[in-house]
Amino acid sequence: MGEEKFTAIVVGAGPAGSTAAMVLAKEGNDVLLIEKGASPGSKNMFGGRMYCHALNRILPNFWEEAPVERAVARETVTFLHGGKAVSLTCRNSDWTKPPYHSVTLLRAEFDSWLASKAEEAGAELACNIRVDDLLTEDGRVVGIRAGEDEILADAVIAADGVNSLLAQKAGLAKMFSPGQVSTGMKQVIELPEETIRDRFGLEGNAGAVQLFVGECTGGMPGGGFLYTNKSSVSLGLVVSASALQRSSVRAPDLMEDFKNNPEILPLIEGGKVAEYSAHLIPEAGLGMMPRIYGDGILVAGDAAGFVLNLGYVIRGMDFAIASGEAAARAVICAKERGDFSGNSLSGYQELLKKSFVLQDLEAYRKVPEFMENERLYAEYPGLLTSIFTNVFSVDGSQPIRLHSKILNRVKESGLSLAQLAVDGWKGATRL
Amino acid sequence: MKRLSTEQLLGLDKFVVDDEEAHIEVDRQLCRDCSEKPCCVACPAGLYTVKDAEISFDYAGCLECGTCRVVCPQSGSAIRWRYPRGGFGVQYRYG
Ligand SMILES: Cc1cc2nc3c(=O)[nH]c(=O)nc-3n(C[C@H](O)[C@H](O)[C@H](O)COP(=O)(O)OP(=O)(O)OC[C@H]3O[C@@H](n4cnc5c(N)ncnc54)[C@H](O)[C@@H]3O)c2cc1C
Ligand code: SF4
Ligand code: SF4
Repeated sequence: MGEEKFTAIVVGAGPAGSTAAMVLAKEGNDVLLIEKGASPGSKNMFGGRMYCHALNRILPNFWEEAPVERAVARETVTFLHGGKAVSLTCRNSDWTKPPYHSVTLLRAEFDSWLASKAEEAGAELACNIRVDDLLTEDGRVVGIRAGEDEILADAVIAADGVNSLLAQKAGLAKMFSPGQVSTGMKQVIELPEETIRDRFGLEGNAGAVQLFVGECTGGMPGGGFLYTNKSSVSLGLVVSASALQRSSVRAPDLMEDFKNNPEILPLIEGGKVAEYSAHLIPEAGLGMMPRIYGDGILVAGDAAGFVLNLGYVIRGMDFAIASGEAAARAVICAKERGDFSGNSLSGYQELLKKSFVLQDLEAYRKVPEFMENERLYAEYPGLLTSIFTNVFSVDGSQPIRLHSKILNRVKESGLSLAQLAVDGWKGATRL
Repeated sequence: MKRLSTEQLLGLDKFVVDDEEAHIEVDRQLCRDCSEKPCCVACPAGLYTVKDAEISFDYAGCLECGTCRVVCPQSGSAIRWRYPRGGFGVQYRYG
């Protein structure tokens, strides 16, 4: 790689990094995209679905060539408790027509494809390289070091994911705490295409997403997920790392218990587990956002904590893509000025404030704190399932009106009405 | 569905193990003073176990999630955590 100096070095070929590299290269900049994995995506996993809006703005109709699995047409949230389940399902056939609302995908293939788009635009992709450190000169970032190699650039974009060692090395981020992240575990389970269509009531290339709350995490904050791919399902659990610290059940055992839950088993029966993966999710939103720009450096995607988890909607991919694009635009503006100082690169934050990235995170600023409420996972799934099983039960005994049935179940649960009102109000005003 | 052991699950994954560099190093000395040992329950790959009252850890099979690094009460001292060198470690084929 010699003495060459790049306009930008992008560290990490996930969605944030590949988008940043693509946007920079399209404008004719010299860009080096560095990835530690043998190929982009080989280190990455997620639940399973990307909301299309962000990438569609940059690569219109990307789904025509991107390796995506199914267009999600059915959303279900299920509360689980003691062999009982209550679900809410929403189906929208418009979601299965272009422009697709969201698609399921598998990261090894998808991330490789997105990185290839950056290469097509002219970016140089270097895999199998772990960036070990930043090069600095008078406190400004001037490049990176990987093993013995030192490579110079006007700007470095740290798109190195949730464990961002670069943002920490640059002094922009502190190590996060267990309360700010969750651990995600997933198994890809292969099933024939017809079986997936039959079991989930799907037609053609339509897909289903199912989220689970309650006993699947042993009442710990978090939940379960199931995404249908073409001929596999992505099944997994997300559990708050601070709860996992105190868990009495080992994380991998929680996952095996989940597979045998009566609500899950019929969906995956006969399937063959093809892969097991794990990854952290930044969950604290703005509460864990590092400084996202400094002299010669920008931080994008998970490295900046750009994930929004509302319980029924989980978004990180669209934030990664839009923040990668904004970082690239900020570098382009800085280059026009010939000034890569933090001051000049601060345009990045302004771009994000004008986009959904910081607007949505700001609007849902209080959600992470709401989601820490253990009652949501330990108490309410039990209450809901007992109310609904009671409502649907017929046994010939004295008639009881609906409101009394509900009040009786609340009384049995030991939760106070005041507590319910407060939690209900918080949920209604924050989500 | 048949329960799979953690070893069986990890057996499904592709790993390129780096025999020269351990990307995670654990200081057994410091672990002795750790009463809760959260790494043992929290690691999704079950790589931390207690054998003869000592922490036993094997970096082969690591899914590189970073959970141990964040749950360890002596993070930074008892656990030295890095990603594997370029090209080594887990290689997801699905992800
Ligand atoms: C269990 C789980 C479920 C999720 N579900 C969803 C979902 O359904 N929908 C959704 O939108 N989002 C979801 N997310 C979030 C989403 O996966 C992330 O927000 C997204 O991947 C962030 O992209 P990124 O490019 O910032 O980081 P990553 O995708 O993590 O990419 C970072 C890249 O940097 C590389 N890298 C890191 N350090 C170095 C280094 N030192 N040198 C070289 N390369 C390096 C890594 O190998 C990796 O390729 C989920 C996450 C998890 C863990
Ligand atoms: S949590 Fe940290 S200090 Fe405690 S046993 Fe595990 S590695 Fe050692
Ligand atoms: S990084 Fe994750 S998989 Fe690897 S040892 Fe730590 S907790 Fe286990």
